[in-house]
Amino acid sequence: MSPDSSRTGELVRFEDVSLRFGGTPALEEVSFAMGPGETRIVLGAAGSGKTTLLKAALGLIKPDSGRIFLFGTEITDLSEQNLFDLRARAGILFQEGGLFDSLTVEENVAYPLLNQRVLREAIHSNGTGHQPPVQTLEKRVRETLHFVELDQTLDKFPSELSGGMRRRVGIARALVTEPALLLYDSPTAGLDPITANTIIALILKERELRNTATILVTHRYLDGHLITNFRYNPSSGTVERAPRSAEGAEGVKTKFFVMKEGRLVFQGSESELQAASDPYVLKFLRHGSS
Amino acid sequence: MEAFQDFLSLSIRAIRNIFRGPHYADDIFRQMDIIGVGSLPIVMLIGLFSGVVMTMQMARALQQYGAEGQVGQIVSIALVRELGPVLTAVLVAGRNASGIASELGSMKVTEQIDAMRALGTDPIQKLVTPRLIATSFVLPLLTIIADFIGLIGGAVIAYALLNISSSQYWTSAWMSLEYNDLAQGLIKPFVFAVVIALVGCFYGMRTSGGTQGVGRATTKAVVVSSVWIFFLTSMITRFFLYYT
Repeated sequence: MSPDSSRTGELVRFEDVSLRFGGTPALEEVSFAMGPGETRIVLGAAGSGKTTLLKAALGLIKPDSGRIFLFGTEITDLSEQNLFDLRARAGILFQEGGLFDSLTVEENVAYPLLNQRVLREAIHSNGTGHQPPVQTLEKRVRETLHFVELDQTLDKFPSELSGGMRRRVGIARALVTEPALLLYDSPTAGLDPITANTIIALILKERELRNTATILVTHRYLDGHLITNFRYNPSSGTVERAPRSAEGAEGVKTKFFVMKEGRLVFQGSESELQAASDPYVLKFLRHGSS
Repeated sequence: MEAFQDFLSLSIRAIRNIFRGPHYADDIFRQMDIIGVGSLPIVMLIGLFSGVVMTMQMARALQQYGAEGQVGQIVSIALVRELGPVLTAVLVAGRNASGIASELGSMKVTEQIDAMRALGTDPIQKLVTPRLIATSFVLPLLTIIADFIGLIGGAVIAYALLNISSSQYWTSAWMSLEYNDLAQGLIKPFVFAVVIALVGCFYGMRTSGGTQGVGRATTKAVVVSSVWIFFLTSMITRFFLYYT
């Protein structure tokens, strides 16, 4: 499972990846790469392959053809056991939340720390001196829940929380491992505009403070626009418009993808997206700005 | 064919996981409680009534030959060899294969199983293997209890309605049982348990299509495991009749 030396600078690389469910294409010759600190906003209609793209990036779904690299290691045919250690370096927020409904919020957030071998070992090796592992773990869980402003929900079950709170717990669970790569699957889907903006603010806050590479899947252009043009100000604790550069506020670090029937039909910056002439691509801009 | 291959693959991985870590002892004991203790009242009730009904029916048939004193023998053989294992397994399939399929199915459609994989846990190790171990352990025990309660029910009816003394009934019942019968009575529930757990988990793990999909998975799990129970009991019976 040694990393391919030519890919070590990249976090994710897809090379001509195709996947079909039955006869329906979920991914069609998808190719892209992204490095540390970069952001990709993936737009697309329902069923266009956005979620499949995210799951394939973590090896949760195997492609029919093509190659996928995660943290420089080819995962296309990697066994599940070997994938666990790689996945420990990534965090994911699932579309449905994916919270374990039989566990409390605290147990949900602690889950990756207790179950991912490399993280479990790291916590145990740090748990010397005055701070035993259990306290280290509790501290990290509480800090992460404080980050998503859910300090008071430790003992609650997911069913007792609102939709927006569940998403924030999902984000906390993705962040608790301090991953190098974060994958968000429709984090604002089904939420009211105020709660959706709270979630986007959290994503901006996380990116500002930790500079984590991010792939954000959404059907709302507005989400991508906010992520590209706004930043979190740590001193004031608020979200504000970022200073503009020649390539846009986030420059070349943020790119938009548009997916249609499994294909990446657009890759480029926000200004290139706004200048696109493809009617399918334009649909997202019109709906996003309305 | 593809589904059968997937079922075999799941079964092999679940059985292989018994011999390698990590082991989730808490989950195994929780499942033993749900499947074993949870099924106990209904299994005892059904065991009792099968013994009662069988004694009444057999006594009527045996009276024609003046052999109603042998009712204990027939009831014990039928219960230990066939009715105890099959009725208990069908009950547990209805109660637990459906429960397993719906629980795992709900987890599948709400992406909890994907989350488990993404967060470093093998869902087969965490969800399937504990259910397999727990069912394989408790179903033979439930069957023994059902057999025993059934024999007690038969004894009560034999004494109350047929004027057969308790010692005559128990002697007849006990003496008629051979090691072959006991082996059948224990091997069958073990095999059925493996089928119930794996079929329930299989349909749960491949659920798709939201809440409707969960309903379909639950129904399939009960129907398929029940059919397998009847098919396997005939195969095992044939094996014991011809090869032992």
